[in-house]
Amino acid sequence: MTDAISLRGVHKRYGNFAAVDGVDLTVALGEIVAVLGPNGAGKTTTVEVCEGYRTRDAGEVNVLGFDPATADSAWRERVGIVLQTSGFTDELSVRETVAHFGSMYRSPRDTDEVIAAVGLTDKAGARAGSLSGGQQRRLDVAVGVVGRPELLFLDEPTTGFDPEARRHFWGLIHSLRREGTTIVLTTHYLEEAEALADRVAVMVSGKIKAIGPPATLGGRAEAAAMVRWADDDGPHELRTTEPTKVVAELAALFNGEVPELTVARPTLEDIYLQMIAMER
Amino acid sequence: MQPSAPTSLQLGYGRTVVEMKNLIRNRQYFGFTVLFPVMMLLLFASIFTGTIDGTGVQVSQVYVAGIIGSSLMSTAFVGLAIGIATERDAGLLKRLAGTPMPKAAYFIGKIGMVLIVSVIQTTVMLVLGVSLFGVSLPRSFDAWSTFGWVFLLGVTASTLLGISAGGLIRDAKSAAAVMNLPFVALQFISGVWITVDQLPSWLVKVSQVFPLHWISRGMRSVFLPDSFKVVESGGSWQLGTAAIVLAVWCVAGFFVCVRSFRWTRG
Repeated sequence: MTDAISLRGVHKRYGNFAAVDGVDLTVALGEIVAVLGPNGAGKTTTVEVCEGYRTRDAGEVNVLGFDPATADSAWRERVGIVLQTSGFTDELSVRETVAHFGSMYRSPRDTDEVIAAVGLTDKAGARAGSLSGGQQRRLDVAVGVVGRPELLFLDEPTTGFDPEARRHFWGLIHSLRREGTTIVLTTHYLEEAEALADRVAVMVSGKIKAIGPPATLGGRAEAAAMVRWADDDGPHELRTTEPTKVVAELAALFNGEVPELTVARPTLEDIYLQMIAMER
Repeated sequence: MQPSAPTSLQLGYGRTVVEMKNLIRNRQYFGFTVLFPVMMLLLFASIFTGTIDGTGVQVSQVYVAGIIGSSLMSTAFVGLAIGIATERDAGLLKRLAGTPMPKAAYFIGKIGMVLIVSVIQTTVMLVLGVSLFGVSLPRSFDAWSTFGWVFLLGVTASTLLGISAGGLIRDAKSAAAVMNLPFVALQFISGVWITVDQLPSWLVKVSQVFPLHWISRGMRSVFLPDSFKVVESGGSWQLGTAAIVLAVWCVAGFFVCVRSFRWTRG
């Protein structure tokens, strides 16, 4: 058993709406997988089935060797969860909150180290209820990792972060990866998925439409590139599947430097948006 | 070697500390919980004076005994239900359910908080009652043992019912209204503010179904002289019935809260 998560044919309906409509997904131990998709695509439901919050209607679910629907506190010990929305006890300080949640685990991380890791050291004495949205989100992350989870679920963890806080958070995820933590995150930020994930799964209408490393997802590596340059007539652009050849020809033409030369591969966002558009 | 997992009792103690910190640091909520019954006592005891006919008991003494009962139920029943509904709406319950903390620890924390607050409220009432309103503390062991079991059965029944109501309430925004409406009505028909001999007998029969009638009646039996019992329905304290009704509510509350409690909104 080397997989942290294995989903086979998972279905979940709410009334007539198939929120999860036959999902197969395997996450290896130590891997980081990002789940992308528009709102209502079934990302959160899929993650909540893995977390044991929701029961599936059909299919097999195995998370760290157990079925989350019947998992016990020994299993919860190994799983960290950062939910999309969840409250704190407003009148507890940041430090008290992290220490309290840490006390629920056998061998928690050091409270102040966790607070420092999420960048809340300056706010350690502040009441949870007085934090800004982004700061509360960091406290969510602190509480999610304080128990040293083997597997960490993050549901849109960086919503409300400023760019600096987001970079800081990415650093934290990289350090968790070095410790061998398996991480499943949902996100709306494509550059976040690209920066963090070994593999990206795109979910649309309850199904996984594509899964793969961000660099090759949806044929990205082979997709046509855009070569742009300029000459006396103004700017030019050429879409091509052979950008290297085009650049070599341009170099010969200009006999040296090509003015304003850029070669752009489609971004993950371009690929993602094409995928979503095809489904609509 | 792997350290052993924290027990329900250890974490229940931790939860009690968290509940108390949250209560004491929230001035509005703490003020409401502890000062509201005090304010009601001072208002009623100032507005209505004199003695109850044929008993020699001052009305203010009746209020003191009744408010000890009703504030206990207010904390355990109304306060818990609103608190639980609010914590579920905010997602705190969902977060706790995702940790290895044994579920029992959450309830131990709530019960611990209710017990501490009830002891504080009762002490404040008794100090005010003795110093301002001529209440005399009973000297007999019997009276104090009655106080003990009425207090414990009353807190237990109210707590279980409060947890049940917290499970059944759909929306925290409406929780205060949903809980206070029946509770205020109960206070007026259970002899807390108006002695039951002034009420239509059918209304007294209705109130006898509910715990507050028996909690406040039990407290009156402890802190009021025996001459007062002619005012109670049936002309006696009927402590045996009080014990049975409260015990039945404990059992009913236990089964409802086990079935109704939900950790998530969905």
